[in-house]
Amino acid sequence: MELFSFLNLDTFITDPLTHDFMRKALLMSSLVAAVCGFLSSYLTLKGWALMGDAVSHSVMPGVVVAYALGLPFSLGAFIFGVGSVALIGFIKQKSRVKEDTVIGLVFTGFFALGIVLVSKIKSNIDLHSILFGSPLGISLSDVKQTIFISLLVVILLSIFRKDLMLYCFDPRHAKTVGINVFFLHYLLLTCLSLAAVVGLQSVGIILVVAMLITPGATAYLLTDKFDNMTVISVLSAIISSLIGIYVSFWLDLETGGSIVLAQTFIFLFAFLFAPRYGIFKLQKLFAGYK
Amino acid sequence: METINYQNFRIEAENICVDYNGKVALYDANLRLKPGQICGLVGMNGAGKTTFFNALTGFVNISKGKIRINGESLRSAQKDQTIAYVPQNEGIDSQFPISVWDVVMMGRYGSMNIFRCPRESDVQAVKDAIERVDLTDHLSTPIGNLSGGQRKRTFLARAIAQRASILLLDEPFSGVDIRTEKLISELFIQFKKEGKTILLSTHDMIHVREFCDLVLLINKTVVAYGETSEVFTPENITTTFGGISPDFLFGPES
Repeated sequence: MELFSFLNLDTFITDPLTHDFMRKALLMSSLVAAVCGFLSSYLTLKGWALMGDAVSHSVMPGVVVAYALGLPFSLGAFIFGVGSVALIGFIKQKSRVKEDTVIGLVFTGFFALGIVLVSKIKSNIDLHSILFGSPLGISLSDVKQTIFISLLVVILLSIFRKDLMLYCFDPRHAKTVGINVFFLHYLLLTCLSLAAVVGLQSVGIILVVAMLITPGATAYLLTDKFDNMTVISVLSAIISSLIGIYVSFWLDLETGGSIVLAQTFIFLFAFLFAPRYGIFKLQKLFAGYK
Repeated sequence: METINYQNFRIEAENICVDYNGKVALYDANLRLKPGQICGLVGMNGAGKTTFFNALTGFVNISKGKIRINGESLRSAQKDQTIAYVPQNEGIDSQFPISVWDVVMMGRYGSMNIFRCPRESDVQAVKDAIERVDLTDHLSTPIGNLSGGQRKRTFLARAIAQRASILLLDEPFSGVDIRTEKLISELFIQFKKEGKTILLSTHDMIHVREFCDLVLLINKTVVAYGETSEVFTPENITTTFGGISPDFLFGPES
């Protein structure tokens, strides 16, 4: 009976909360999920899923170098994240190689550099926690950094919410009416790098792209209004984080993987049962009974 | 209301060139348009029509030449909301989660504060514009649920709400229903009266004869430019379309 004690809903919810590291993990992961979920609406509509993957992998050497030099890891990650995008743009412009190929080869190159650096520097860097995340082992300085970066991204996205929507929808119109498209492009990239930095603590470098695209894709299936899409995206991201952490606690599973898997299940649910865009089109089903 | 001097040029493009990473898309192109003029932009696919529009909106930089709008720089024309661009239906993501109202409101963004909070006047401008294109019943309809013609009218309403004096329209008549076509041609007559300058690209030669005072035939550069009655000849059209006779393109003239 002991084994299945978590089946009691009360115990399931409250037991983990008695642990300090679990409270911290739940709070931090929800915050990170909210930030990534917010950004996710823009990335899915702009078609930047591959870009998200590229930036999140490219931050790897930055994290390693920053750890080695004793700098805040977010700084190193940010520099390499933005650097990879600049390099992608440069190679694309100066060669005949297609964009998706350039993206693929640049981010894998950066990622490989990160792995080589880890083996060379031989500090106390925990490769596993970088690759797969460690929301349960988050340190106090990491908490401060995460809160600071998250607030920064949320403030930037809130201020330029409508401009970014216009930029994703019709950049030519934005340019025609004198809105600085160049600025918006780099603003979105900056937010992407920063979100990747905080996201990798929760689910690690390899899976952080899921945090950046899955909630947005789920929300896209559920609504035709941009504002609703953002709200649904943020909520589904937070709920997935909570579910993932609880399930991983009780079943002793990898936390990052559990969070992303929870997101994937929510997406599949929307894919099947979304009122208008799901494959079973519940709306039509109910309409038939009227 | 600003007074319109019909003698000054609205658009002056002088010897403009555009290249994408060394590939020339348009060279030595000239265009001069006055208020109240409607000009048709005719050419094959890939002849540089969209590039011409991109240059005039500032969406791509010209590598050579000069563009003056109302005698001033393109930059100040952008700030003054002088130019509106109405995209082709294929040029926009019709699945974007956005309503008719929100699209038309985007026409006001350039003159709003940084948070893009609509003022009373913006709301009124959007309402009026939507009424003029007869979409008042579809204010909150997502653009994905509109017909091709309704979507075209939505973007036309955005240009109206912007109160631009120059309208650039990419294939305004392609993929629209008869009702929309009639409404757009009525709007053109009104725009002309209001002294707006219109540059439109089209594949339909009948539309050129019907609406356009002037015609600009291009094939990477200007093949011919002038009054429609003088320039829109079978010979010029044949040159523009790379030697294919207009009979083949539009059927023999009856």
